[in-house]
Amino acid sequence: MKVKVLVTLKPGVLDPQGTAIGHALGTLGFDGVRGVRQGKFIEVDLAETDPETARATVRSMCEKLLANTVIENYAIDPA
Amino acid sequence: MKSAVIVFPGSNCDRDIAVALEDITGTPAKMVWHRETELPEVDLVVLPGGFSYGDYLRSGAMAAVSPIMRAVKAEADKGLAVLGICNGFQILTEAGMLPGALMRNRDLKFINRVITTRVETSQSIFTNKYAVGDVVAVPIANSDGNYFADEATLDTLESAGQIAFRYCDAEGRVTPEANPNGSIRNIAGLFNKTKTVLGYMPHPERVYDPLLGGTDGLRLFQSLVGALS
Repeated sequence: MKVKVLVTLKPGVLDPQGTAIGHALGTLGFDGVRGVRQGKFIEVDLAETDPETARATVRSMCEKLLANTVIENYAIDPA
Repeated sequence: MKSAVIVFPGSNCDRDIAVALEDITGTPAKMVWHRETELPEVDLVVLPGGFSYGDYLRSGAMAAVSPIMRAVKAEADKGLAVLGICNGFQILTEAGMLPGALMRNRDLKFINRVITTRVETSQSIFTNKYAVGDVVAVPIANSDGNYFADEATLDTLESAGQIAFRYCDAEGRVTPEANPNGSIRNIAGLFNKTKTVLGYMPHPERVYDPLLGGTDGLRLFQSLVGALS
């Protein structure tokens, strides 16, 4: 089964790329952009078919490699 | 002093540090490929600068889980000296051997120039040939040199004397203007709890000989030779 992971910077952690994207959107005439935060999307295709076991495996993957939990949060889909 | 340099795919300062170590210690460094699982008998392991694994996922993230790092961690836990330069510092944080993380530079630029860092302590195997407050001119060359840790971690690091170097101006003043990349509290170099592991963002191996345009990095290696030989 395929499991999706969304990795985002924790609130309060400086995101200069998000800020730069926000400025670029302003340049393009998109007004009213209050903020942009950039993250990462990762899709893992597992042989495992039990959703609960698959989620637990991916959670472990996030803790060990996919996210740096010092600065990033992660969300797993299906949750 | 015997030393080993770990070589990851994408390391590009491995030869620079090997040449420096041989010049300074008289003993050639052993080059250890990332797929090895054991370290040779050495007094110092260096994680060199570069772009290991093309900086995929996050700088240092893939290298931190490569086979050799298990051995490096195990030996470091027993007190083996480990020096991580630039990408090596990123690998040390990703491997959990140093706290915090190195993030994209504040201004999103790759910064490649000589900067100055202030020595925060001379009480370590890496800095005993410096004096506190010495201003060390060294080049930086990175995109992800912006050190971050939460306030509680930073306070612990400060009180334990684990901050090795801070970005400063030519007179040694630690100011926001002297901070090239947004590093929190101007941190440029950091020790582990036992001060046997150092992560340093600039490149001391590029300034150990007058021919290279500077010698401010030499004392770091002389400190190690004095402490470990």
